[in-house]
Amino acid sequence: MKLLNYTSKYLAILLVPLITVWAVIFYYAMLDEIYDSLDDGLENQKVLLLQKLPTNPEILQHNDLDLWNHAITPISKQQYEKFEDRNSDTLMYMLNEQDFEPVRIYETKLAYNDHYYKVKFITSMVEEDDLIQDLVVYLIVLYVSLMIAIVILNNLMLKKIWKPFHNLMWQLRDFRIEKNDQITTMPTNIEEFRLLNASITTLIDQSRARYLEQQHFIENASHELQTPLAISINKLELFLENSNLPEDNVKTMASVLDNLGRLTRLNKSLLLLSKIENRQFVDEERIDFNQLTAEVIGDFQDLAAHKNIDLQLESVSKLTFRMNKDLAVILLNNLIKNSIVHGQQNNTVTVKIQTKTISISNFGSAKPLDSDIIFSRFKKLSSDNKSTGLGLAIAKAISEKYGIELTYSYSEQHIFKLTFS
Amino acid sequence: MKLLIIEDEPEMLENMAQTLKREHYIVESASDYTSALEKIAVYDYDCILLDITLPDGNGLELLKELKSKGKDEGVIIVSAKDSLDDRLEGLNLGADDYLPKPFHMAELHARVKAVLRRRHFDGNSYIHIGNVSIQPENRYVTINDHEVVLNRKEYDILMYLITNKTRLVTKSALAEHVWGDHIDQSDSFDFIYSQIKNLRKKLEQATINIEAVYGVGYKLETV
Repeated sequence: MKLLNYTSKYLAILLVPLITVWAVIFYYAMLDEIYDSLDDGLENQKVLLLQKLPTNPEILQHNDLDLWNHAITPISKQQYEKFEDRNSDTLMYMLNEQDFEPVRIYETKLAYNDHYYKVKFITSMVEEDDLIQDLVVYLIVLYVSLMIAIVILNNLMLKKIWKPFHNLMWQLRDFRIEKNDQITTMPTNIEEFRLLNASITTLIDQSRARYLEQQHFIENASHELQTPLAISINKLELFLENSNLPEDNVKTMASVLDNLGRLTRLNKSLLLLSKIENRQFVDEERIDFNQLTAEVIGDFQDLAAHKNIDLQLESVSKLTFRMNKDLAVILLNNLIKNSIVHGQQNNTVTVKIQTKTISISNFGSAKPLDSDIIFSRFKKLSSDNKSTGLGLAIAKAISEKYGIELTYSYSEQHIFKLTFS
Repeated sequence: MKLLIIEDEPEMLENMAQTLKREHYIVESASDYTSALEKIAVYDYDCILLDITLPDGNGLELLKELKSKGKDEGVIIVSAKDSLDDRLEGLNLGADDYLPKPFHMAELHARVKAVLRRRHFDGNSYIHIGNVSIQPENRYVTINDHEVVLNRKEYDILMYLITNKTRLVTKSALAEHVWGDHIDQSDSFDFIYSQIKNLRKKLEQATINIEAVYGVGYKLETV
């Protein structure tokens, strides 16, 4: 949920009890005021009646409440003396509404020419159920309009206020430390955002410095390893040329040489990986993948034949893509080599080129590989101790550099697929 | 043939000098920029092996110096820093080849010989070994004046073994030279055997012989 809606949600929840409590208080306050003014009106009627009585004594005959809105009943003196004015509510049948409706009654007394009377005044009252109904309707309208106003205001104001923050978030979402793109912060007057901008800038600068340091460490370490490796390999090769060495010595030397060779390959792969990540392959050209794949496959025919693997190329359509040529060769090499090395003997490895994809499939172990880790460094999935565990990681690094999608899937065959965008 | 090795790592220098001396070259050496500069100013060489990273200067500067003096020595850059930029810059400055460390001794011989051959015979040379003669420029091979047709890999193997004749060439050195660097991660180098087998068949009439050495590598011997 967005921050914007989050605050709106809390406001919406908070407003419900607030408006309800307010409505109850308002209702009673209003009702009180209505009673007050009704009672005043009824008392006023009494004053009017008394004024009219001397000229219209027949008023005293009015005893039908429905007709006159007042009823006068004679009472005895004792009753008169004991009687106290009172206001009360009751229901009366209203013809127009054809229902009993609440009315306010004012009962009082009057004395006229030594006769004593009790007088009842009535007036139509506010219908409480209608009042409540109306009140609820209006309150809902108020609530809804308040919410709409709040959401609109929130949207307009908060959006404006939070703009530097959202801008930063968008950039951070796409941020990759290995890419050299910068985070640009928006100038803002809000202190918290200024602090955030400053912190993020510092954090990113520091992380990138560490990252580069680490990258260069790998690169420098690999470079430094080359010379001692070269010296050891060459010394052993010179030693091997002594023709009078016994066979087991030669074999031991050869085995040491093999392992030094592995170390060399590992070192070269690491160096290559950090070079790709350090963006040291700048030159790009449009690569004809049909032709290049054919060349690479040609190079691997001997290796495939040795494993009795039928290495096939299916060029369904033309595919060209702009990238560094060396990296294109390495990419194809690593994937095809991987398929041959792990491919099943006496079976096929197929490279298929379509409009936007190259897929390399081989038969092999009957269960799919863990696609989450096969592209990680040093994740060897076979017991093959001669592989460096970096071939697929390098392929992944190359494809990521050019936005090519490299995926693994399994359906009878192990399939590595390059999707060019 | 006179070679100069410019290399600051003493053991590396010694290895290279030792193996090249076995090929009967006259080998001189310099281990820093200053002494190298003196040597190239005074003497002429047929080929210079040049390390780029020297304690007191950059090997590429030496190369510039050399070219500005109009000297036409063959130059092979030997570098631990296998960087594309250095390679391109070196070749643009007039170096003949670029050999990244670590390398096989057999590869060093092949590169040196190729440079010397290009410099001295302008491509019109024949290599004679036993009754086999080869014209490297056309990749043309004859045995007793009869043409033998070799495919690219067979020819490359033969040339590599001839360049390193009577020396043991390991399978990995051979595979990397003929099949390229990228073959390196394959599980074994046994796949080269089928090409060797074919080559041997084609060389049946020749007085040279490709011998396997304890399953470690191959050696070319004249019978």
